[in-house]
Amino acid sequence: MSVSVSGAAAEKNPWRSHTARICTITPETPGVRTYELELEDPVERDHYRFAAGQFNMLYLPGIGEAAISVSSDPAGRDTLAHTVRAVGNVTDALARLGPGDQVFVRGPFGTPWPVAEMLGRDVVIVAGGLGLASQRAAILFLMAERACRSVTVLHGAKRPDGLLYGREYDAWRAAGVAVHTIVNEADASWSGPVGLVTDLLTDSLRDPSATTILCCGPDPMMMGVAKAAIGRGVATRDVFLSLERNMACAVAHCGLCQFGPLFVCRDGPVLPYERIAELLRIPQV
Amino acid sequence: MSASVPTVGSWHRLDRAGLQAVIDVLWLVGHRVVGPQVADGAIVIRDLRGVAELPTGWLDDQDGGSYRLRHDPVAGTFDHVVGPHSLKNFLFPARETIASFVQLNGSWSQTPPPAQVPPLAVLGVRGCDLAALAIQDRVFLGSGYVDEPYKSRREKLFLVAVNCRRAAATCFCHSMGSGPAAGPGFDLALTEIEGGFACEVGSERGAAVLAEAVAAGASIGGCSPEEVEAARGVPQALAARMHARQQGDGEPRPRSLDTHGIRDLLMTNLEHPRWDEVAARCLSCTNCTLVCPTCFCSSVQEVADLSGDHVDRERQWASCFSLDHARMHGHSVRSSTAARYRQWLTHKFAGWIDQFDTSGCTGCGRCITWCPVGIDVTEEIAAIRASGSGAAPPDGAAPAGAPEAGETAS
Repeated sequence: MSVSVSGAAAEKNPWRSHTARICTITPETPGVRTYELELEDPVERDHYRFAAGQFNMLYLPGIGEAAISVSSDPAGRDTLAHTVRAVGNVTDALARLGPGDQVFVRGPFGTPWPVAEMLGRDVVIVAGGLGLASQRAAILFLMAERACRSVTVLHGAKRPDGLLYGREYDAWRAAGVAVHTIVNEADASWSGPVGLVTDLLTDSLRDPSATTILCCGPDPMMMGVAKAAIGRGVATRDVFLSLERNMACAVAHCGLCQFGPLFVCRDGPVLPYERIAELLRIPQV
Repeated sequence: MSASVPTVGSWHRLDRAGLQAVIDVLWLVGHRVVGPQVADGAIVIRDLRGVAELPTGWLDDQDGGSYRLRHDPVAGTFDHVVGPHSLKNFLFPARETIASFVQLNGSWSQTPPPAQVPPLAVLGVRGCDLAALAIQDRVFLGSGYVDEPYKSRREKLFLVAVNCRRAAATCFCHSMGSGPAAGPGFDLALTEIEGGFACEVGSERGAAVLAEAVAAGASIGGCSPEEVEAARGVPQALAARMHARQQGDGEPRPRSLDTHGIRDLLMTNLEHPRWDEVAARCLSCTNCTLVCPTCFCSSVQEVADLSGDHVDRERQWASCFSLDHARMHGHSVRSSTAARYRQWLTHKFAGWIDQFDTSGCTGCGRCITWCPVGIDVTEEIAAIRASGSGAAPPDGAAPAGAPEAGETAS
């Protein structure tokens, strides 16, 4: 009998990993580091392309694999940045590695942020904590492309030391990106606003009908942002969320990441809010 | 008698010696042959050398949470139905290495996949399990990325199907459109008739194997048009009985399922109180997902040797009933049994339609039989249909665009 197979990925073994070296490790916030990885095989390095919002599976033999967003500029050709919080087996082991150490990479997987369709629009990027890691690539893409009317980054964290990529805000602002931060709990060092990232939304929605929201953070935070933005006039179809779920394969075979009828690894992680609003509303889907 | 040269679509008459010759040819040309046998109080699928090992004279009485074998001197060789095993156990094994890594001089590299196992031939495959195979094909071959281990076994698979002439109380293939007649995809299909088997050829490979058996001296003749018609009538008569019995109050209760608009029915009732009621009985034991011939979830474990220099990435069956399935940052997205049962049932009967354009259920009834507390999917869905919101009337038209599970399962 013949078993028909179609699609560009048909002949690609999804379990094939590519060896990479850690070039630099940059401490970000407590427990969070950014790893710049270089694929060792020059052919792979040359062929590798990703779009902002996609993720890689980072693998350490004998330890395991973790799905991590690619945070670098999609136009970059040398290294791939991954910002990782040490919260489990694999990420704890990554935290013990240093420059020159080996990491395996397979990817990229998943859907990108819709940043290529932002001509003339206001783009508001809303990030809760480490969520900004998935959006840094989008920010760098939009900064370089200059097709949209404005880019605003609204970044909230629990405490001031949880704000990500602080050292880059000046460069983002110099390129025309508005950056606003807010924290839940202030400390002596903090003179900015205290509250939720949704509190920053109102001032950033000057022309809601021409605004696209790109949001990444914990599910309840993203639901709050989506509802607030839609309540202020942003079209439901212009709100995009990036979800996080358990994953083993990243190619819609292992089933672990299912969210209703969606495979978050393949149909996401970036999903239009209108497609998932009802599922997000129901607990434990 | 028609010509007895086997070709695709031709029918032949085999006695037990003829079936033995087919088994011998399959081994001879390099297949591992497996088939149904009585072991450990059930009919399981394992290596098969001879027709004497087949469960001739054994019947299985199945009901919610109950499976009993019973000897009946007038029962045929294939009058049992499905046991706990299915093709899934062989094509998508419970444990399998999907990648290997070796460390040399401090540097790791990925090693090529291991040599392939010999081709497999399975005897006694029912219509529901052929349908399950077609569903797993969509999961592992038809959704973009190809699962190479599955593909290599699938391409070499030789299938000797059987047309059922008996159904257990748990069988509802007639509702899901997957049986009792063995659908497309077989190489040979057997129908038990007086004194032997009518054998339909389904593929060139099936014809070649039958021709080899003839060449080896087996007495394999043609079937008369009357015999072909009689053989075709066997599963048709069973289907008619299954449709008729669902009107009655048999004991044990014969199962059936109304699939009209089932996708929307379930997706609009994610907060139905029935989920909590079934969760009060469900042990979250994962049995239903293990015996299900289409459940495909898996996780990957790291298996290192003592030196730590050789690591196999071992894929293992996973179950949406386990807390680990949807675990993130130390907690499970679906922490309640109600949410996990809802995930399983809504995925199988609704989400699957979105994902693979087919129901995930074939009506084989294994999840009912092997559930230790006898939870019955047909009963759960009927309860939601009886009291849920947006429930389609039993014979009403499905909403436009909603595929019918029973029409696409095969």
